[in-house]
Amino acid sequence: MANVIKLRKGLDVNLKGKASLDIMQTKVAGEYALVPDDFYGMKPKVVVKEGDSVKVGDALFVDKVHPEVKFVSPVSGKVSLVERGERRKVMSVRVEADGRQDAKTFDVKQAPLALLQESGLFGFFRMRPYDVVASPEDKPKAIFVSAFNSMPLAQDFEFVLKGQEQEWQAGLSLLAKIAKVQLGISARQTAAALTGAKDCNITIFDGPAPAGNVGVQINHVDPINKGEVVWTLGAEEVIFIGRLVLTGKVDFTRTIAVAGSEVKTPKYAKVLVGQPVASVLTGQIDSSKSLRIISGNPMVGVRIEQNGFVGAHATEVTVIPNGDDIYEMLGWIAPRCKEFSTSRSYFSWLRPKAEYTLDARIKGGERHMIMSGEYDRVFPMDIYAGYLVKAIIAGDIDRQEALGIYEVAPEDFALAEFVDSSKLELQRIVRQGLDILRKENA
Amino acid sequence: MNALRKYFDKIKPNFEEGGKLHAFRSLYDGFETFAFVPNTTAGRTGTHIHDAIDSKRIMSLVVIALVPALLFGMYNVGYQNALAAGQLEQATFWGMFWFGFLAVLPKLIVSYVVGLGIEFTVAQWKNEEIQEGFLVSGIIIPMIVPVNTPLWMLAIAVAFSVIFAKEIFGGTGMNIFNVALITRAFLFFSYPSSMTGDDTVWVAQNAICGLGFDVPDTFSAATPLGEIAAGLTEPTSSFCTQVIGLIPGSIGETSVIAIALGAILLLWTGVASWKTMLSVFVGGACTGWLYNALGLSPLDACQHIVLGGFCFGAVFMATDPVTSARTEGGKWIYGFLIGFVAVTVRVMNPGYPEGMMLAILLMNLFAPLIDYCFVSRNISKRAKRAKI
Repeated sequence: MANVIKLRKGLDVNLKGKASLDIMQTKVAGEYALVPDDFYGMKPKVVVKEGDSVKVGDALFVDKVHPEVKFVSPVSGKVSLVERGERRKVMSVRVEADGRQDAKTFDVKQAPLALLQESGLFGFFRMRPYDVVASPEDKPKAIFVSAFNSMPLAQDFEFVLKGQEQEWQAGLSLLAKIAKVQLGISARQTAAALTGAKDCNITIFDGPAPAGNVGVQINHVDPINKGEVVWTLGAEEVIFIGRLVLTGKVDFTRTIAVAGSEVKTPKYAKVLVGQPVASVLTGQIDSSKSLRIISGNPMVGVRIEQNGFVGAHATEVTVIPNGDDIYEMLGWIAPRCKEFSTSRSYFSWLRPKAEYTLDARIKGGERHMIMSGEYDRVFPMDIYAGYLVKAIIAGDIDRQEALGIYEVAPEDFALAEFVDSSKLELQRIVRQGLDILRKENA
Repeated sequence: MNALRKYFDKIKPNFEEGGKLHAFRSLYDGFETFAFVPNTTAGRTGTHIHDAIDSKRIMSLVVIALVPALLFGMYNVGYQNALAAGQLEQATFWGMFWFGFLAVLPKLIVSYVVGLGIEFTVAQWKNEEIQEGFLVSGIIIPMIVPVNTPLWMLAIAVAFSVIFAKEIFGGTGMNIFNVALITRAFLFFSYPSSMTGDDTVWVAQNAICGLGFDVPDTFSAATPLGEIAAGLTEPTSSFCTQVIGLIPGSIGETSVIAIALGAILLLWTGVASWKTMLSVFVGGACTGWLYNALGLSPLDACQHIVLGGFCFGAVFMATDPVTSARTEGGKWIYGFLIGFVAVTVRVMNPGYPEGMMLAILLMNLFAPLIDYCFVSRNISKRAKRAKI
């Protein structure tokens, strides 16, 4: 029987527009983009030129520091644009799909790490500390995979997994050859492929968000100490690996949730990594409104434009009102019954089952940290979140280390940022702290 | 609503960079965010949705929680005045209330004008938004001083505490000491005769605008704690009167019932920590019981809690999130020690009939140390884990 860990701290925000369990098929057509920024912490070196023909699995760019780590095209077609920003930073490499999906075949007999690096799948691994792209030089003490995402509007992995059980298990088995695999599943998940997964150590997590965050799971299962490295991988990416193992070809098809209060019929969609977001949103949103399209969920996603692309790690695309056209009067005293709050000064506690339409306003001015214990209520880790944030703001590296910065990622602070009455940008602060620490320790 | 929004939009350019009223930008910002929830949206990355709670709402709640005690305090000012003049039968409820209102209002105005004036100026100077912290301090200050405190003293004390207890530390959220209590401590040590002195400070002595009564200048009425300090074995007022609050004392501190109403609101909305509040009472009660059992104090545990500023301090000032302990375990210790120190000062130091102010200020100073112990435990646990 797998170990069950019960978490009390946390918060489930019930948002309107959950994806129904239908799948919308999309065609492979148009321009796809692989965005280096999605693989945080990696410096790209582009290895194709505009006009080159590529197959699925051909490298588009590689890591400058570890050129063996490749980032490959999700489609076959012609490289149409190498988009560069300020100081010639590579913003994206775009491929015009030909729709044929000709794929390169990889030798699956080679060493697992080499295979993953060659096929572009290694880039999906992230490492703790720092929450950046994993480095092939490290020897991780474990690979953590969370099979559920507890954030609002997030993808239901159990649904995604249906029909791909074999690939999933094949992926896990390959991972087990690299390091010990720690799988975290939710108490609500019953699929045999999850509860009976082989070649891994299963831990069941029972509790509200952010129980599905791999960081929380690491903290409870096998916390990271200074000098140790842990790799993490998204659940759907394990399936990518499984497909490669079984067929020798890479296939970056995801089943993402297209959700949010502003999507007319929220449901799932089969898309490729880097697919134009318009392919799933056309006809689904009212473009005359001020909307916020998020690659990811409203807690940890990245805002994209209507002509943007589904991010490499995104397991959902959500659309919520932007809210910049809303002027609410006397918010400090008005009842504001439609608003959601964890504070009883609003009335959302009266309707615990209600679904909310939340917009992207911050709903207050940024202040110094005033209230105490706010973060801890939604931070189910053995870490003093408020003190860690203060240490990061103060730039005190020794104290950050002592307080456990190596164990956290920005996403672990998403709920704390949500409930924070001082409206601090915690995820940005933690990201900065990790970046500085990584530079210092390099 | 639209008209107001349009007006704000119309005058906004004047306050922006280069506008002729740019020097009052923070003032404009203050009023705009007061009238409308700011509609700045989240950044490209990070959390896109936010809880509707913000510091304005939290501070407003505390102010609302203080209102019952303030209103009762006004009434009590009139009541004490009528009682002192021996005219209680002639005085009407509204007559006493309006007298108290007129006696307290100038203090409220002075406190807010001086305090907010400084806050606005500093916000403008530092190019920041105005922070709401003083909304709470500004209403607490008049409530914790005797009714006869001269306005000029109050103005100096408010200015001192806002500048030296708050702004030099970086404003709301960065201060070490409770701002309202620093104001009181400043008054207490600079003008002792006006704060307790010969017990002539607790009852308003002159009629205002035809309301209230003139009381002889030499009239004095001690607070129950003052009476005990002077050697009486029990206060002259009954326990019931003390709970209701019809006793001499600082303006807002006397009524346990009015304070309890505020406490319920603060605890229900989660603005104040129940751990801190409860542990202050527990600490005070245990210590009061101990001293009473040892024969050191004629007051029992219950009276120690009911009298003086104990309840007011426990509910509204010990729970100030900025200056109290921030770790959950630390809150228990912090609160308990406040109760302990407050009663100990009362009993052990005949010069200070009331110890709540000193207790909270002292523990404000120790709160970071208490937190340090709890955080260190977490740190050493992590360090130990790394070695294994």
